[in-house]
Amino acid sequence: MTPPDLLIRDARLLDPATGQPQRGDLLVHDRSIAAIGSGLAPPESGQTVEAGGRLLLPALIDSCAFRTDIAAALAGGIATTLLMPDQVPPLDDPALIERAERLGKPRLWVRPLAAATRRLEGRELADLALMKEAGAVGVATGRAALADSAVMLRLLRYAGGLGLVTVSHAEDRALTAGTVATESEMATRLGLPAAPAAAEALAIGRDLRLAALAGAPLHIPCVTTAEGVELVRAAKRAGADVTAATSPPYCLLSDTALAGYRSFARLSPPLRTEADRVAVVEGLADGTIDMLASRHDPRTSDEKRLPFADAAPGDAGAATLLALGLALVHAGHVALPRLVDALTLAPARRFGLPGGRLQPGAPADLLLLDPDAPWRISADTLPGLSGNTPFDGLPVQGRVMLLVKGGDILLKTGGAQ
Amino acid sequence: MASAPATLRFPHRHLLAIEGLAREDIRLLLDEAETWVETGRRARKHDGRLAGLTQVNAFFEASTRTLLSFEIAGKRLGADVVNLMAGQSSLKKGETLLDTALTLNAMRPDLIVIRHDQSGAVALIAEKVACPVLNAGDGRHEHPTQALLDALTIRRRKGRIEGLTVAICGDILHSRVARSNFHLLTTLGAQVRAVAPPTLMPAGIDRFGVTPVTTMDEGIAGADVVMMLRLQLERMDGAWVPSAREYFATFGLTEARLAHAAPDVLVMHPGPMNRGVEIASSVADDIQRSAIAEQVEMGVAVRMACLDLLTRDRRAEAA
Repeated sequence: MTPPDLLIRDARLLDPATGQPQRGDLLVHDRSIAAIGSGLAPPESGQTVEAGGRLLLPALIDSCAFRTDIAAALAGGIATTLLMPDQVPPLDDPALIERAERLGKPRLWVRPLAAATRRLEGRELADLALMKEAGAVGVATGRAALADSAVMLRLLRYAGGLGLVTVSHAEDRALTAGTVATESEMATRLGLPAAPAAAEALAIGRDLRLAALAGAPLHIPCVTTAEGVELVRAAKRAGADVTAATSPPYCLLSDTALAGYRSFARLSPPLRTEADRVAVVEGLADGTIDMLASRHDPRTSDEKRLPFADAAPGDAGAATLLALGLALVHAGHVALPRLVDALTLAPARRFGLPGGRLQPGAPADLLLLDPDAPWRISADTLPGLSGNTPFDGLPVQGRVMLLVKGGDILLKTGGAQ
Repeated sequence: MASAPATLRFPHRHLLAIEGLAREDIRLLLDEAETWVETGRRARKHDGRLAGLTQVNAFFEASTRTLLSFEIAGKRLGADVVNLMAGQSSLKKGETLLDTALTLNAMRPDLIVIRHDQSGAVALIAEKVACPVLNAGDGRHEHPTQALLDALTIRRRKGRIEGLTVAICGDILHSRVARSNFHLLTTLGAQVRAVAPPTLMPAGIDRFGVTPVTTMDEGIAGADVVMMLRLQLERMDGAWVPSAREYFATFGLTEARLAHAAPDVLVMHPGPMNRGVEIASSVADDIQRSAIAEQVEMGVAVRMACLDLLTRDRRAEAA
């Protein structure tokens, strides 16, 4: 059933394609944006939301999550999630791709990434063409890099031939085996097994070279080091078909967050040094790093309340993605249009998704945002499956007032009338 | 050295690490331990001040000498000492560490001594129990009583720690003994060298206030104290070092090599030793220079001091 028409009046519309906010109204009809302008007439049947000059964006497209967590996504203003193939079982079969997509409905667009290899074991290619047909929007190596360079080259060639972007986790397998931190003073003080940060550059360097050899598109889903940013920057300058993403912890925290063995700060890749953090923020600001992703990975307290090295890696990042991204904007490190692009249009373009635009004909996946509204991140009350955030207690700004997916209002808070 | 007044308090609930202890805290522990050395040398070694208190030694990682040392220390002070060993514990049955901690806590011990093979595990348990916790070694992180007993040994032999040059040699990367000693010895004003092959030298070591050196001859040149670390023989598997033969040739403490150190050098080893791997028998057994047996004796005294100081508040409440 088609939802009733919707008019959002008096908003600051920010279309990431132009990057220029403009005051106006937006009309939704038949699950799409029907019109944008000023003084649009209210629909004959349907409802009107007074935006009061708040920011209207395309709903967020989270380019990397490890779990389908609808409540967390909605709270974070996310209407589309790219789901990594590390599921139980791994997404290595067309039926599993279809099922993963279905599990989000009707409230979340889940766009699965196909497992690169059967059972993600890194040996035989999975049925990538069949999975593409079933709805996979890309192909991914999952939480770990593909250790075998020959398999990686064939993957890039094969996936490239299908028009699929290969999403390759960038950490050298041998260097990082058995480690839980970045080689640094902090890891030494804590006595944690650690790998050099160059494990990332080694992997990115290899994959860039193999992707060039294959003439295939490559996406690095989580760049976390200064050297990694520089490699991507140089490759782009040289015209490589490469994109990259990072995640808020790598923009806002360094490995000092591990003090006291806080297992909520046990992430994969691990937190880096302050110099790396600064370089990652710069990379996001200048577009070297195209996207900002949640890497949403809810973990139960049973998986986290363990000695640091035994604790499961990952953080629940979906509900805080936007607010933490805005922290970079409020601090003056990243321009608002760049952040919005990183959270919407950049992933849409790379993975061929319909959203990410504010223009007539685009899907009515919309987000009305009060970018200044203050709140405090709390692990205990974080929406979603689990509250394992390394940002517990952090005051942030930016509240979702209204979330629309395909013309349906999914979330509406007090401020939006 | 003047003994500390008995009224002095140890201002920490637990003893989890040397890092974070003030110079005064360390001095207090050493001064108290000094008095227990004498007790240990008497025919009757019993002091009943911990009578009625329950001390649990929870060892999640195998240990012989440290466990024995803590058991003897507790018994000399009159505590009811109970040992829990990993091989017999329900951890093998899949119980989580925190559940084990809560179970232990429910038995209302007055002090828990914990060893665990994961860095940070002891601190994690300490958050969940109602009594003082003493770290008997957690992963590669710290082994505070080992550093204290090393310091006591040095102080008794050399009369001071400040100004001494101490070379800590061997597998520093994997060593909790080295980390605790770095913190303790630099806090007390020693010049400390970290001597290891580059594969076994941890990152950021210079930030500990110690000088990294990658050859043995340079590392022990003029040293007043040479502290050898145990090389786990499985390190050959991970390509950390090529072989025991080559390690002994390049890092083993031999008579010839020891000639580079100060004439009155003190040789130490936390045990158990790999003779012919990190240390030659003739050096280990040299009663003039080797303090290895004395370290074991000081271990009991230091642990008695720790058990006593950590339970003082509790005993005062009971009195």
